[in-house]
Amino acid sequence: MGVLSEELRDQIRAQFPNYPNKRAVVLPALHLVQDAQRHVSIEAVREIAELLELHPSEVHDTMTFYQFFKDEKHKLGKHRVWVCRSISCMLRGGEELLQHMCEKLHVHPGQTSADGKVTMEFAECLGACDGAPCILVDDEAHMNITPEKADELLKSL
Amino acid sequence: MSTFEPTLLARINKPDSQSLDTYRRDGGYEGFKKALGMAPVDVINLVKDSGLRGRGGAGFPTGLKWTFLPKDHPGPIYLAINGDESEPATFNNRILMEQDPHQVLEGIAISCYAIKSKKAYIYLRYEYGRSYRALKKAIEECYAAGLFGQNIHGSGFDLDVVLHRGAAAYICGEETGLIESLEGKRAWPRIKPPFPAIEGLFRKPTIVNNIETMACVKQILDRGAEWFKSMGVPPDPNNPRDAGSYGPKLYCISGHVNKPGCVELPMGITARQLIDEHGGGVWKGRKAKAVVPGGISMGFLSASELDTPLDFNGPGKVGCLGLGTAAITVIDDHTSMVDVLFNCARFFAHESCGQCTPCREGTAWMHKILARIRMGEGQSRDLDLLTEVASSMGIIPGTTICGLSDGAAWPIKNAIKKFRSEFEEYIQTGLKTVKPSDALMEVH
Repeated sequence: MGVLSEELRDQIRAQFPNYPNKRAVVLPALHLVQDAQRHVSIEAVREIAELLELHPSEVHDTMTFYQFFKDEKHKLGKHRVWVCRSISCMLRGGEELLQHMCEKLHVHPGQTSADGKVTMEFAECLGACDGAPCILVDDEAHMNITPEKADELLKSL
Repeated sequence: MSTFEPTLLARINKPDSQSLDTYRRDGGYEGFKKALGMAPVDVINLVKDSGLRGRGGAGFPTGLKWTFLPKDHPGPIYLAINGDESEPATFNNRILMEQDPHQVLEGIAISCYAIKSKKAYIYLRYEYGRSYRALKKAIEECYAAGLFGQNIHGSGFDLDVVLHRGAAAYICGEETGLIESLEGKRAWPRIKPPFPAIEGLFRKPTIVNNIETMACVKQILDRGAEWFKSMGVPPDPNNPRDAGSYGPKLYCISGHVNKPGCVELPMGITARQLIDEHGGGVWKGRKAKAVVPGGISMGFLSASELDTPLDFNGPGKVGCLGLGTAAITVIDDHTSMVDVLFNCARFFAHESCGQCTPCREGTAWMHKILARIRMGEGQSRDLDLLTEVASSMGIIPGTTICGLSDGAAWPIKNAIKKFRSEFEEYIQTGLKTVKPSDALMEVH
């Protein structure tokens, strides 16, 4: 049976009609697997490759280009929290916010809190500069974040 | 100018602005219907006549780009929409997609009809979750209403629109990087030619257009080419290559202003007007030291250059790379340009795709040199070294495949030229502005 459930396999197969070849389904498949399993293991890479009729190295090549996808050594917590460090947020305290949140959770960027709830990361421009400093919780932007608001947000996760 | 009425942002912040019902109530999809009654070539000519230039950064004339497709091609022809908006300080496309997704989709439908494409892919950056959900719902509504699918309105025209999520990589905004990424590969830009219009997505003729460009196409169908041409800046008579800067434009304002936001104005507004009349002025009663005119790749306007018109031509006249994304970032006079430039260099070192050596190595070294300066260990010769590295990378010197490298080099060259005395003083007085948070971001 492998590491990909039949349901996950069906979700990946459901993407096939959208594209003229199966290779284009690599990113959608990686997203589906990472969303469900919080990482993409090497076994999952092999199984995605088999489904898409690719060599595992082709899937692995794409996966590792995007630092977004994590292997078994960097398994994600329940939520990903990104703090923007690019120019508009930096000018309005984004880097200090990153420091505050990391200290709060006792982690470095890329690490997950001890309770497994939050993986803290820094991000390049999140495109929410009208609300700088901003953070992204999973794929939802939160704008004009003060340390106090950040604490509340972390508590709510 | 006082009579200017926003069109692209007209529906923003209105109740339920994302739904097909309200969009139709406001006259939505009438432009698409109108297009279906025209010959595709006439739609192309209308867009050509409007003078619309792409809103993504390069400013290539949209209608002209469409004519580069091979004639009488049996298909498939693809439309790939660049929703990878990742240039720092840019968020106008996000606002359109989140709040008025149907305006974007209608532009896509019209454009597909014009270029005889039956399939559009929207490449959307992963971080835009709200845009993803708004577009997904809007696309479903279009299928249910018979606006997408087979034989639309009995016209014989078929259209499928697929939403494709990226994975947080700036390079995917480069049109051939985007194509490679959509094909399931690492987003390494392609050598051009062949340009995508000849051989693009899945090796088929492809047009890559920006989100805001699509919204403009919809407005041009509704209001006509003359309307679009009635605002903006006509071609510079001294520049035979200038195609003019027509139409409304979405300008983003961020950084040290009282009221950051996105405003729609006729092309050619100045940075000073944006700051004072639309951004609520520089915050804390301070003055602007520098302004990024259109994303950090464009370089900097100094305080004496704030009256530069932000049309396709203006920023270039004061040494910037171009208008870029028309997203201004205001930097106040309490901020160190060394810190600002370090931030830009770090961004590009992180986002260089690594394919071309001058960019991969150059961005990494510029980042390291600026980090060293910020730790108080800079030497005067570092400034010439930075300029030398920056001058040897990019399409302009001819050493790289794509323009990311030129964009990485430009702020370096610009800042050292325009703010040299500040950099020299920083180094000579042994200033040190490195922060505790820097240690958290050393890796990568």
